[in-house]
Amino acid sequence: MHETKSDEALVSSPWSGGTRPFSVNSKKLGMWLFIVSDTLTFSALLLAYSYVRLANPDWPRPFEIYPAIAKSTTMTIILLASSLTMVLGVAAARRNDRVKTVRWLLFTAVGGILFVVLHTTEWINLIHEGYTPWSTPQGVPLFGAAFFGITGLHMLHVTIGVIYLAVMAFGYQKQNFDADDVEVTGLYWHFVDLVWMFVFPMIYLMSVNLGG
Amino acid sequence: MVTHESGGHHHPPTGFIRKYIFSVDHKVIGIQYYFLALFSVFLGMTLSLLMRIHLVWPAAKLPFTPGGVMTPEQYLALVTMHGTIMVFMVLTTAPQSGFGNYILPIQIGAEDMAFPVLNMLSFWVTFVSLMVMVTAFFVTGGAPISGWTAYPTLSALGQITGPGQGAGQTLWVIGLGIFCVASLLGALNFITTTIDLRAKGMTFGRLPLTVWAWLITAVLALLAFGVLLAACILLLLDRTAGTSFFIPGGLVVTDTPITWHKGGSPLLWQHLFWFFGHPEVYIAILPGMGVASHVLSTFSRKPVFGYRAMVGAMCAIGFLGFCVWGHHMFISGMSPYSAFAFSLMTMTIGVPSAIKTFNWLGTLWGAQIRFTTAMLFALGFVSLFVTGGLSGLFLAQPSLDLYLHDTYFVVAHFHLIMGVAAIFGIFSATYFWYPKMFGRMLNESIGRLHFWITFVGVYCIFMPMHFLGLAGHPRRYADLTGVNFLAPLHAVHYFITISAMVVITMQLLFLFNFFYSMKAGKIAGDNPYEATTLEWAIPSPPPFDNFAGQVPVVYRGAYEFGVPGAHADFIPQHLVPAKAGRSH
Repeated sequence: MHETKSDEALVSSPWSGGTRPFSVNSKKLGMWLFIVSDTLTFSALLLAYSYVRLANPDWPRPFEIYPAIAKSTTMTIILLASSLTMVLGVAAARRNDRVKTVRWLLFTAVGGILFVVLHTTEWINLIHEGYTPWSTPQGVPLFGAAFFGITGLHMLHVTIGVIYLAVMAFGYQKQNFDADDVEVTGLYWHFVDLVWMFVFPMIYLMSVNLGG
Repeated sequence: MVTHESGGHHHPPTGFIRKYIFSVDHKVIGIQYYFLALFSVFLGMTLSLLMRIHLVWPAAKLPFTPGGVMTPEQYLALVTMHGTIMVFMVLTTAPQSGFGNYILPIQIGAEDMAFPVLNMLSFWVTFVSLMVMVTAFFVTGGAPISGWTAYPTLSALGQITGPGQGAGQTLWVIGLGIFCVASLLGALNFITTTIDLRAKGMTFGRLPLTVWAWLITAVLALLAFGVLLAACILLLLDRTAGTSFFIPGGLVVTDTPITWHKGGSPLLWQHLFWFFGHPEVYIAILPGMGVASHVLSTFSRKPVFGYRAMVGAMCAIGFLGFCVWGHHMFISGMSPYSAFAFSLMTMTIGVPSAIKTFNWLGTLWGAQIRFTTAMLFALGFVSLFVTGGLSGLFLAQPSLDLYLHDTYFVVAHFHLIMGVAAIFGIFSATYFWYPKMFGRMLNESIGRLHFWITFVGVYCIFMPMHFLGLAGHPRRYADLTGVNFLAPLHAVHYFITISAMVVITMQLLFLFNFFYSMKAGKIAGDNPYEATTLEWAIPSPPPFDNFAGQVPVVYRGAYEFGVPGAHADFIPQHLVPAKAGRSH
């Protein structure tokens, strides 16, 4: 059924084999596919969170504007800023500017570390206030379970991201990696950032104590 | 040119460890997966044999049961581990990770997978997962008793709910979580390889249907296992961190009130699990469909009837597979309106399934069939797929399912379609590609005996179970003595157990054939079947980099059999057109 087209016409099409569709290299495609599957994992967790929240009408809203929301907003801004430095790093790598690339990658990693440190202090505060995965002062243990479970998994992703960025920065300096590899790292980092853009409103902003 | 993303030009490793243990060669990894599945299938089969013996002779003294006679909890542990090992370590592993790994890169004209090191990691992570799960047999309390679906609250509350629900269930959850990671890594490798590493001229319309099946299966795995991973994380938190995602308040277990858990929902697990669980059925069966199409066409000496419809039907089955998880939950108290929607979607799957079946029959129509063992198993696959699929239409009706759900009818249904049909796909693939993998043919006489006894035997095992179910026989019960209305059915159980023993004995013959033929089988040659796809263009077994640096160019579709005017009744995909002597 394909003999009607000439072989040259077929081979020149990106989907005909011998070339990569849209010139996407395998590592980038692999990272995109990883992101798809990880999106499903986080979606399932956030759906589970929504499910148990709806099933518990007395769901607590314990977060005060200060310090919890102020702190988590700062964390959000730091993470967004680190996405910006990541973009600048990828751009520098495209220009073959190794010094700037490494600098921006390390800035990004520092942003990640700041995020993790701030989040850890936030965790410690909450634990002091009596929030654990198995209990809360309001007597709705699932609030603690969902909070620590979901933010914990996200924090794990950020921590892995920081390690990934550090490995990439030093590897790129030694010329073990190229600009494409930096871009793939960027995909992962932006994804982790994007996940937080769902976690932040769903976990924090929807649980603000407005004094009602 | 096809080049490697990672690894570049690699040379064949020389040391034993790099060559056979921690190998990055997709062919070695494929065989490793196959042997892992082979070990698992005999383990799972042994467990089922113990269950069958216990059902018929409840007072029998068995080895492996420390107290002499099997307890109900031990029976349930066998149910759980049989299901888990068979579904994950055999049906998910052998057809996709085993044969997919070995054959897919060769069929698309690639030297290896896109990420060879990741491929090696996927296998070893799967291996660790199997080890963790099998360890559950040996810890205090033994293996878990909550079934392969691990419904909470039984699976979430820990030791208090029974033996095996302590350390055994925890190991089970951890093992399954690890398996999810391995499957995700494998899936993204398969998809990337298929899209990026095809040889010149290998358009999507020229891919063998096996490659299509592996590709679609990989997409399903990528989407489904991510959700199961989330469910496993939550269940593990419930078990170890004291959370209550799946545990409601007010529970009392053996007179002990559970006060430290409240607010969760066991239904949440069912939704998450079956959102994975239904696509998992297709993850098990789709590669079998690909193999059946491929083998039927090769031995019918005819092109696959309706190639595009076959691809479309597989895509449709894959898509619909994600929309029907609720039909596993009809008796969980869901709204009749939701049940109606799930029921309708479920029965819609009958349409692409029928397209596939009629296209298989269309491929066979008017053909001069070569009845090799691989062909017999492919025909057996079609038969079992139809039989198992038809009982699915019964279970898709919410009102019928209310009655049938917890009976042997369901056992019969899913064993035929997901278990035995998929296994027949694996057998067909084994007989078909064994010559390519090991350079020698499997013995055909033993193979035909193996097929006929197995084919008749599995029908003898599973057909009567439909009638057990219709008679109201509940599933997962360890002991049926003293239940009056079930007493007349004992003879049926007896028949099933004897049939199972015969079928299992026959698999030992297959095992003998498998290892005997490695040494004593007929030398295969490059293309023993006069087949068209790229794996038959290279030596058996293939060299380290598959094509010895000569990357093929593809000029035509995968199933050019019986082309009018051609000098042979098959035209290999890589044959340069002028030499093929086509008349048009």
